[in-house]
Amino acid sequence: MIGLSHYLIVSAIIFSIGLVGVLRRRNLLMLFFATEIMLNAANIAFAAISHYYNDLTGQMFAFFIIAIAASEVAVGLGILIVLYKKHGSLDLDDLASMRG
Amino acid sequence: MFENFLASLMTIEGFAFYLFSILTIGLFSVTVMSKNVLYAMTSLAAAMILVSGFFFLLGADFLGVIQIIVYVGAIIALYAFAMMFFDATRDIKEKNTSNSIVFLLGGMSALVLVLMFAAPIHSNDIQALYPMTEGVGNAQDVGMVLFTKYLIPFEVAAVMLLVAMISGIILAGKKMDNSITENMEVDNDADDEIMIKKDKK
Repeated sequence: MIGLSHYLIVSAIIFSIGLVGVLRRRNLLMLFFATEIMLNAANIAFAAISHYYNDLTGQMFAFFIIAIAASEVAVGLGILIVLYKKHGSLDLDDLASMRG
Repeated sequence: MFENFLASLMTIEGFAFYLFSILTIGLFSVTVMSKNVLYAMTSLAAAMILVSGFFFLLGADFLGVIQIIVYVGAIIALYAFAMMFFDATRDIKEKNTSNSIVFLLGGMSALVLVLMFAAPIHSNDIQALYPMTEGVGNAQDVGMVLFTKYLIPFEVAAVMLLVAMISGIILAGKKMDNSITENMEVDNDADDEIMIKKDKK
């Protein structure tokens, strides 16, 4: 049978894929994709725990995570457009303006 | 161990679980590894649909539908619109740091994070806060909890979405009359001056 740990392992693998993406990517749009992947991994874990403990709280948290993801994308894409207007690229190395 | 795996593969739930997990992991890794924004976004959309398959498997029907509507309908559509502003067909040139260190660090820290947050689950004294009611559909059940116990977070989330919408309009809609991909080098400095003047006001 498929147990809770199966879902948690899949969620951990997807989360690590997203984290590798965040560490590896240099393009801001791709960084946003990687954050979406990490949020989805958290949602899978929440839904799985909600199912196996027969509790609705996990699904509630997953709804609020989805709402936060939607507003994050709205604000983030606005910022991306402003940055692209200013710098002409979305590469993090080009955007770095504070060099210590 | 292996016979256990084969036996779970024979049931419809186990087969669907393994199929969805292999496909999502593959598609998400395409999103992370691909050099082309278009490929990355398409595989992200497909993987989001498959993640909603997990939710349907877990009996969270309403969450699965919301996942399809919000993620694939709204977020991916928003990304697709944003890609019209950027040059999407061109391959992204990235100066990647050494890959093995990144994979090692990413995997290790993700493992540590997941273990940290998953460790309390395996204790025995966990009890359901809002247990699912028998004989009631998932959407009705979610509605009853959401509009009684989680009403204030729900309203706060609504206000947050409103704020995000306004800020998105203000950030993206400023100087929308001139194109950002054409003749950008020409009036770049003028734009900067205008922005500085506005800031001083």
